[in-house]
Amino acid sequence: MAETGEQGATAVGNAQGEPILQIRGLKKHFPLTRGVVVKKQIGAVKAVDGVTFDLYRGETLGIVGESGCGKSTVAKLLMNLEQATAGEVFYKGEDITKLSGRALQAVRRNIQMVFQDPYTSLNPRMTVGDIIGEPYDIHPEVAPKGDRRKRVRELLDVVGLNPEYINRYPHQFSGGQRQRIGIARGLALRPEIIIADEPVSALDVSVQAQVVNLLAGLQREFDLSYIFIAHDLSVVRHISNRVGVMYLGRMVEIGSDEQIYEHPTHPYTQALLSAVPVPDPDGREGRERILLAGDVPSPANPPSGCRFRTRCWKAQDVCAEIEPVLEVPERYQSEPGEPAAHPSACLFPEERDIVGTAE
Amino acid sequence: MSTTDTTAVGQGNTTPSGTSLLEVDDLHVEFKTRDGIVRAVNGVSYSVDSGETLAVLGESGSGKSVTAQAVMGILDMPPARIPSGEIRYRGQNLLTMSNEARRKVRGAKIAMIFQDALSSLNPVLTVGYQLSEMFRVHRGMSRKEAKARAVDLMDRVRIPAAKERVNDYPHQFSGGMRQRIMIAMALALEPDLIIADEPTTALDVTVQAQVMDLLADLQKEFHMGLILITHDLGVVADVADKIAVMYAGRIVETAPVHELYKNPAHPYTKGLLQSIPRLDQKGQELYAIKGLPPNLLNIPEGCAFNPRCPMAQEVCRHELPPLHEVTDDSGRPIAGRGSACHFWKETLHG
Repeated sequence: MAETGEQGATAVGNAQGEPILQIRGLKKHFPLTRGVVVKKQIGAVKAVDGVTFDLYRGETLGIVGESGCGKSTVAKLLMNLEQATAGEVFYKGEDITKLSGRALQAVRRNIQMVFQDPYTSLNPRMTVGDIIGEPYDIHPEVAPKGDRRKRVRELLDVVGLNPEYINRYPHQFSGGQRQRIGIARGLALRPEIIIADEPVSALDVSVQAQVVNLLAGLQREFDLSYIFIAHDLSVVRHISNRVGVMYLGRMVEIGSDEQIYEHPTHPYTQALLSAVPVPDPDGREGRERILLAGDVPSPANPPSGCRFRTRCWKAQDVCAEIEPVLEVPERYQSEPGEPAAHPSACLFPEERDIVGTAE
Repeated sequence: MSTTDTTAVGQGNTTPSGTSLLEVDDLHVEFKTRDGIVRAVNGVSYSVDSGETLAVLGESGSGKSVTAQAVMGILDMPPARIPSGEIRYRGQNLLTMSNEARRKVRGAKIAMIFQDALSSLNPVLTVGYQLSEMFRVHRGMSRKEAKARAVDLMDRVRIPAAKERVNDYPHQFSGGMRQRIMIAMALALEPDLIIADEPTTALDVTVQAQVMDLLADLQKEFHMGLILITHDLGVVADVADKIAVMYAGRIVETAPVHELYKNPAHPYTKGLLQSIPRLDQKGQELYAIKGLPPNLLNIPEGCAFNPRCPMAQEVCRHELPPLHEVTDDSGRPIAGRGSACHFWKETLHG
């Protein structure tokens, strides 16, 4: 598994420097139990089932996939909010899945999270100042007590809110403003990594662009590394240096934004890209669209072999037997400069330009 | 509401010539709240014909859903109130109809699909029961007959193994399948008009594509009118024939789909189009409309968009722009185009 990860790292042109986060064979299985008094495990929901990738300093790694693919569980595992079933998450060479107590707290200072729903992720009984300043209670070393109000005001200013709003409550703000508050809280401890789980999905289109711009600006200003989880492929492309595509608990393809969007080799990535409605009515009749049959199978009982085979138009008998590995496909290995030469977990990978046909 | 009009609507399926299938005419809707009167819809007019797809585009609070609920007759009144306006179905004003006559239109002639299929279906009844209820209540069919029709419907919306699944409960279906059941329910009585309020917003993209595809096929097959309410510019571009863009309870722009995307005539539409990150252009900074949508308790004077508008002038702060007819270079009006902007010409050409 680790070998795959190294291949994934070297194959990608954009990645520079050393990885700040290394994820190796990460798994999370939620047990399914039966019985009320005597609980018996009858199976497991394999939410994340062997995911390997790296995050480099200063880059944005987008993770896309549909609901149930495990992308949010990955986010929680990276924060150690969920205990991993197996696998490692190395932050500066240290496996944080094995940490607890003080050591974990120290690591978490550097990895912060921004959540999807700014309506439920802010405590309605706390003022904005208390919400943004709360991380300082847990990490008093970052800001001495007398200094905190000043820090919070600075943070409000940084995310484009009026520092005078410090004593207001969340309900006095709109969705976009609340998301800014969530981002300010994420920045409070000056982390190195921010994991943003669907940070703009709940926002109106006109406000979405404001928040995307804010996140991009903050990254430049504070040299942040982002893991940007979203289902909106166009937003992900806009903000990401590299993109990983997940399906049913697995990473099926990973590469630079150009490699994934313009030279996808995995059929699921191709289907996903072709399903995105293009905001341009011209040529809509002629547009090629891959319509997948059926729904995503249950992660409690994923298909054998390749997990996408039940919906894949290219599937053959062998797909049920062999589990494809996430690596640069053999047919592209001889041409490392080619954009198609990036890790893809398919037995029959084939480059196909989906976005290009829409132009 | 008047009770004089008791003529059963929908007996004659012929539309008087010159009238559309559905016309909303200068509709106003307001809600009484503790903080004051919220003017959610302020003079909306649109129309849709058989076989036509009208997309109503707008952000949250633009009044797009409230308008649809008024058409459907499912607004809670009070707190809602319709101080003025008309909603005409085949030339007959739904708002002055008796409740009984209205009921014959609702569901049978105009059907609605909601965003959240899980909360729109009754969780303690099987989908087969809920589907066949339509036939038993409206068509007086026997249980057995109605159940058979339910299976037919499920087949029609491409639910695999419909016969085996007819006795399943809503929670046993996936999100995409549940939305298909909602579509089946809307189709049950063969309506002339379907109102779909964010029908695919809760769905994943690959499933969204399936559901939109299905909806478009069925619309073609039954030659229905479709009002698609959405905030998604991508979905609109895929299926709409014409578009009405709403902002703060008003229509700010109307246009045929190709023209709207090519050449918007209202700064709000223009801003929305510019702010989408396109798959084929990885830009630097995204264009963003500054500011926030207005509070409906306190809509800005003049043009509601003026505090956020890059083109706003003094006149915009005082004078409410009417929906101007948009004309081409030689001054001829372009069919179906309108813009509620004092500076629509500058927007169109700038």
